[in-house]
Amino acid sequence: MSRLSLVAAVAMCATYIRVFFFTPIDRFQGAAQKIFYIHAPAAWVAFLAFFLVAIASGMYLWLRDERLDRFAESSAESGVIFTTVVLITGPIWGRPVWGTWWEWEMRLTLTLVLWFVYLAYLVLRSVVDDVQMRARYSAVLGMLGALLIPFIHLSVYLFRTQHPLPVVMKTSRPSMPNDMLLTLAIGFFATTILYAAFTRTRYRIATVRDAQLGDDA
Amino acid sequence: MPPDFFAAALIVARKDLAIEFRTRSAYFSALVFALLAIVVFYFAWDRTAVGSGDLAPGVIWVIFVFGGLLGLHRSFGVEMHDRALDALLAAPVPRESLFVGKALANLVFVLGVQVIAIPAVFVLYKVPLGIEILYVIGLAVLAAIGFVAVGTLFSSMASNTRLAELLLPLLTLPFFIPVVVAAASSSQRVIAGRPLAESMAWLQLLVAFDIVFVYACTFAFPYTLEE
Amino acid sequence: MTRSDASAPEVEVSALARHFGRRRALAGVSFTLRAGDALALFGPNGAGKTTLLRLLAGLLKPTSGTARIEGELLPGTATTRSRVGLISHHSLLYGALTAAENVAFSARLYGVADPEQAALRALDRLGVADRAATPVRLLSRGLLQRVSAARALVHGPRVLLADEPYTGLDAAGAAALTSVLQELLAGGTTLILVTHQLDEGLALATQAAILLRGQVVRHDHTAIADPAAYTAAYRALVRADAA
Repeated sequence: MSRLSLVAAVAMCATYIRVFFFTPIDRFQGAAQKIFYIHAPAAWVAFLAFFLVAIASGMYLWLRDERLDRFAESSAESGVIFTTVVLITGPIWGRPVWGTWWEWEMRLTLTLVLWFVYLAYLVLRSVVDDVQMRARYSAVLGMLGALLIPFIHLSVYLFRTQHPLPVVMKTSRPSMPNDMLLTLAIGFFATTILYAAFTRTRYRIATVRDAQLGDDA
Repeated sequence: MPPDFFAAALIVARKDLAIEFRTRSAYFSALVFALLAIVVFYFAWDRTAVGSGDLAPGVIWVIFVFGGLLGLHRSFGVEMHDRALDALLAAPVPRESLFVGKALANLVFVLGVQVIAIPAVFVLYKVPLGIEILYVIGLAVLAAIGFVAVGTLFSSMASNTRLAELLLPLLTLPFFIPVVVAAASSSQRVIAGRPLAESMAWLQLLVAFDIVFVYACTFAFPYTLEE
Repeated sequence: MTRSDASAPEVEVSALARHFGRRRALAGVSFTLRAGDALALFGPNGAGKTTLLRLLAGLLKPTSGTARIEGELLPGTATTRSRVGLISHHSLLYGALTAAENVAFSARLYGVADPEQAALRALDRLGVADRAATPVRLLSRGLLQRVSAARALVHGPRVLLADEPYTGLDAAGAAALTSVLQELLAGGTTLILVTHQLDEGLALATQAAILLRGQVVRHDHTAIADPAAYTAAYRALVRADAA
């Protein structure tokens, strides 16, 4: 295990310990609110991952450096993992808070669509044999996926304003006690490190795989 | 002198439509699919709970997407069969204009299905026939532009993979979500007799989608070709 | 470089290489052809012949090295591509369209004046004018190949790239193709002919080259006087390489 992975594991453990033992229980939402410390950082990292996929994709088409393609591949795979975490923790949190497992709420909907886009991205990578063509195809999809985000955002926003849904409990949290804010900050930090560790490990696997492909040919 | 950008696009579009007109296979399949879907959807819902007029807009846009996909499959299939695409790429025309030509042919295809499917939905779902139908067809034109831009690009990519037919919906459907949400919400309001002003935001969204993705996909197209 | 300069090379290939991933399909090939030259290119499957033609047709970009057609660096502009004609071992035709429609479509893309008439002339030249109105999916392999050649010639290319053009042709078809190619060569067209059939290739060739594993292992700069000896030498080279 690399040093980065070790740091990530320790940071994640520290986050969990802090969440469970050193963070007060939310007065209105109860213990369920604690999943927020996992949910929100995972959402942040998922968007960061896909943002970096789009950047690496654009740079690949420009510079044609295969390391950029490997990074995009690794970041997309990490991103799908964190998106999955968001999609699982969202309903678990939403059930006691909204009174329903799923709500076509802006961020959840956007996350769901991105999850589909990047699953398609991974499927696309697996069905193109030519290495350079695979890199170009996925770069095109990686960039178009980023262009799609504002349109999904806008369409969900307009949809919500025209079809008001019953809201069981308001979820706006204008102020959070400092204890909770600190836990959240630690969560963001630990999850970002975890993303970096996942992506780097995945990148190394890709490097080894590509080198082996070269030996076979 | 080789043809200029739009002349070349029109030559390619005309060729694609000639092939489609000669075989008619994809067009009739898509049309029959659309009509069948209209019938199936009618019986899939409890009409005592939801009036068929309220179902109509949803049905129109579901058919729009899935019927359109049938046409997109064929778009690059005909190029791959005897590698006719190689001859296109070796020709002295910009690759972007090949894309515009293929997309134009797909646009005619999609609208050719809709121009029959939309009135069929109105009649079979007992929606009063009025000026609304023209509005819905106008919406279909707006929606179809972005739809074929994205679809033509992904059809080019999918035709080069091992999973061609299965991959295309997987790649395209997420991109069609804003189009469907906008077109369905807007036509719902118009059919329900609401003023057009309420749909302005949706129309703007569709126009913005068309502009962004027509440009993006045209410039992305050369990257989907062998090089 | 202008076309009036008769001694200027039509095709100039220098250390041209193309890799697919880490596979080296073409590993540094150089040659020069002038107007009216015909290079016959031989080699076993996977030697890089098709890759070379696709590079010259502007369908692929080189990994390294350069290729020039009439002085212009490939992959080049649309104008460069308009000087090249390509006959592939695929027909490059649309099965649903008639022979005349296929060829006229190509003529339009190259901006040929009166594309319908030009298409009929090209089909006539290859002896298939009577099939002009037949959808090409109904044609036999040999007739399809002739229509495919007509498509490649309809815009009067300066450089003709032919990948296995004799595949599927019967004796009459082969003779028709050879006589058209001879006419073109006499008119100053440059020809690169990739084929497995050494006899047909050598009959036209003013130069001959053998490609093995992406490299030219033998290049004769004159017509081959003794095809039998050349064939034997070719077989020996391929056998030695395979061993």
